[in-house]
Amino acid sequence: MKIHEYQGKAILREFGVPVPSGDVADSPEQAKAIAARLGGRVVVKAQVHAGGRGKAGGVKLAEDPAGAEAAARQILGMMLKTPQTPPEGIKVLKVLVEEASPIATELYLSMTLDRGRGTHVAMASQAGGMEIEEVAASHPEKIIREWTDPALGLQAFQARNLAFGLGLSGDQFKAGVSLILNLFRAYVDKDCSLAEINPLVVTRDGRVLALDAKLNFDDNALYRHKEIVALRDINEETPLDVEASKYGLNYIKLDGNVGCMVNGAGLAMATMDIIKLAGGEPANFLDVGGGASPEQIENAFRILSSDPSVKAVFINVFGGILRVDRLAEGIIAAVNKLGLKLPVVLRAEGTNVEQGKKMLADSGLALVMADDMGEGAKKVVELARTAGSR
Amino acid sequence: MSILVDKSTRVLVQGITGKEGAFHALRCKEYGTNVVGGVTPGKGGTTHEGFPVWNTVEEARAAAGVDCALIFVPPPAAADAIMEAADAGVPLVVCITEGVPVVDMVRVKAFLSRTTSRLIGPNCPGLISPGQAKIGIMPGHIHKVGPIGVVSRSGTLTYEVVHQLTQRGLGQSSCVGIGGDPVNGTSFIDVLRLFQDDAQTEAIMMIGEIGGTAEEEAAAFIKAHVRKPVVGFICGQTAPPGRRMGHAGAIIAGGKGTAAEKMKAMELAGITTVKSPADMGATVAKVVGKK
Repeated sequence: MKIHEYQGKAILREFGVPVPSGDVADSPEQAKAIAARLGGRVVVKAQVHAGGRGKAGGVKLAEDPAGAEAAARQILGMMLKTPQTPPEGIKVLKVLVEEASPIATELYLSMTLDRGRGTHVAMASQAGGMEIEEVAASHPEKIIREWTDPALGLQAFQARNLAFGLGLSGDQFKAGVSLILNLFRAYVDKDCSLAEINPLVVTRDGRVLALDAKLNFDDNALYRHKEIVALRDINEETPLDVEASKYGLNYIKLDGNVGCMVNGAGLAMATMDIIKLAGGEPANFLDVGGGASPEQIENAFRILSSDPSVKAVFINVFGGILRVDRLAEGIIAAVNKLGLKLPVVLRAEGTNVEQGKKMLADSGLALVMADDMGEGAKKVVELARTAGSR
Repeated sequence: MSILVDKSTRVLVQGITGKEGAFHALRCKEYGTNVVGGVTPGKGGTTHEGFPVWNTVEEARAAAGVDCALIFVPPPAAADAIMEAADAGVPLVVCITEGVPVVDMVRVKAFLSRTTSRLIGPNCPGLISPGQAKIGIMPGHIHKVGPIGVVSRSGTLTYEVVHQLTQRGLGQSSCVGIGGDPVNGTSFIDVLRLFQDDAQTEAIMMIGEIGGTAEEEAAAFIKAHVRKPVVGFICGQTAPPGRRMGHAGAIIAGGKGTAAEKMKAMELAGITTVKSPADMGATVAKVVGKK
């Protein structure tokens, strides 16, 4: 799960990681009031879950409260398009107004999981403000890494190694060490999958500050972080993703026209792959899970077919725990309630498969049977093509 | 010879009084697995669906002997259940539970490194050695005894390949689902080593996913140490970057972990790769010379 920069900074503040003074606004008037309270130059930053905001015009400097109001008026309501947003962009509903920090040096600091080593890694670099992947590719020697003890976490000597590596000295060194240790505490206590500060800056008046804050969270740990769940912004998700999450369905909208309904994440990905190999484009990833109830199936079918770009649907299930008759029950309920006319290709294996297939055949649904997933993919891509050209 | 388990393996189900635990304990027993009972703290001394229930793994081990613990407890208690089994000296721990936090698994992995227990999972279907024992949630009836070793990060996609193999008359020596989480116990390499040393296994089918570098590491291991033919498939060729595709571990992050990279690493290691998931069984048949 992702959150906004202003929410991330509030968490950092709570853990003793210094961030610039500022507050969030959803109107130009509010932005003006915050700027007046802060005094001096301020930065007005669009709050969306995507990087590259500066280049896209989502970050503006303002000399005074009137300037902050004008900047907020420009940014609020705009469709911000960056390489990380959907092509149409994301509508900006909030801006962060904060003191403009006079920057002396820009650094990089992050904590994340090293999957290969099965533990957390803290990374620091003097190449701040750049995309860290680019630094890793072109100048790997410029990134310092400290792997934490899985049980004990990041130790002070490791934080010192990182702070020295960042070129900090004197008071900034001390501030840097405590910032690094505090960031790691936030990372673990809040079950982050990523805590990234880019840039981490040393200001001309000698402060060490997190100028940006990107905190992502482990979805599996959200059950123990109600306070993080409360930060969710559904404006950042597609409406179908939001609808699917209500029913505990794993759904991701994609750009194609072949709707997919599959049980199991691996088989769902493989089904998308085979649609592409058959010359089609999947419209979604949808894993209904192993123990899906007829109600979940019904909702899944409703959600994926409510995507207007879907021209045909491929249901590919391998029932281990999932019973094919229950799947059929859910599909028939959805079709009867919604009066769907979409062509559907079904490939099903597993428990009670014959009974399930018969239920579907008797339902009057425009259903094409396939014996295996290769045949199913070919048929559904063809159906989507004919339906699309009508 | 199967790997890791056989008919004599005594299996204890942790979380046996839960819906999933009870259901699958029965399915495993029906398959012929030696399920000795289960553990649910606070329900010791009772029986559930005909199985004796103990309060702790230690008690169960003392009373019945336990070679393998099969875990169905919910995510908040799963890490603890794994450690309890390992602490009681259970050599093989299989955790089916999906949704264990990464921070917990990092600690569990460190804990396990000080024990002799092997963990499979979490977030996995378990393992089966056809004709011997089924320790997990896979449908038993699609399997058949034979020479193909299957190792996979996915559940239902494993059933798919097993089905394709069985339809072609190709049975399986053992099928191990290592799980779809970013931090797990047994790796591809661990299972590949077992298959290399297993006399029954003649060829290996390996199914990977996007995310991480486990498949690349496995490919390097295969090149250096595996002398049996290996067929590989990576799902998620069409997955968009930055989105978690169901499994917590299936995510292309920072441009790394793509299917294309993994397929390439496998080809360079001499693995026969399959582009289409519909061709997995046929390709294995081809490499073992069975049309």
